[in-house]
Amino acid sequence: MAIIKIHYFASVRERLNQAEEQLVLPEEVSSIEDLIEHLQIINPSFKSVMDSSKKILVAVNQTVIVDLDYKLSEGDEVAFFPPMTGG
Amino acid sequence: MISIQKEDFDVGNEYKLLKIKAGDAGAIVIFTGLVREIYNLDDQCVEPVKSLYLEHYPGMTEKSLQAIIGKANDKWTLLGTRIIHRIGELKPSDQIVFLGTSSTHRQNAFDAAQFIMDHLKSEAPFWKKQSSKLNSEWVESRVSDTDALDSWRDR
Repeated sequence: MAIIKIHYFASVRERLNQAEEQLVLPEEVSSIEDLIEHLQIINPSFKSVMDSSKKILVAVNQTVIVDLDYKLSEGDEVAFFPPMTGG
Repeated sequence: MISIQKEDFDVGNEYKLLKIKAGDAGAIVIFTGLVREIYNLDDQCVEPVKSLYLEHYPGMTEKSLQAIIGKANDKWTLLGTRIIHRIGELKPSDQIVFLGTSSTHRQNAFDAAQFIMDHLKSEAPFWKKQSSKLNSEWVESRVSDTDALDSWRDR
């Protein structure tokens, strides 16, 4: 049973009213794609964030990933946020 | 060197420090980014900005900026690079970002500065939220920023 940490930033953090959480991954959740599906089921606010037309980026261990097949493991740090607007 | 900080920075002081670090450099390019009061989005005039809040992802921010500097060093011979990015609450005309690049000849310093800023805009995890007297809104990323990034692919 893997435990991961999830961070939410900027507009995503505000819409969820949550900056971070620890999650014990259910057995059927092995990839990022599974995780997104799982979070949409347990958290209606997360579902509405993902359903909106705005682009959401995913980072694993502080690197943005594009391959949603990425396999999660114990201690991974996952983050969801909108496209960056620094500078 | 990279600093993420709430405090303002002194451009003259940063220039002096970079000049020492750069040794026998022939060129130092300095860029500063500032908070604008009038922010036109898609040519629609919006209310003057009263304040700008900058959020970031501690850890990933430093990591991504280091990676961007690494990529710039692979392309050009740089003698020293300095990035300061402010976070927290800022006001119009405040300084947001400082970038200094140094090299033997000016073209490398200019090109590296442009390259680093183009990548910082789309790859470093900073987010701006601006407030006017009417409302507060997260700034959305611009197509021109990703276009600027894409333009480096063939160079």
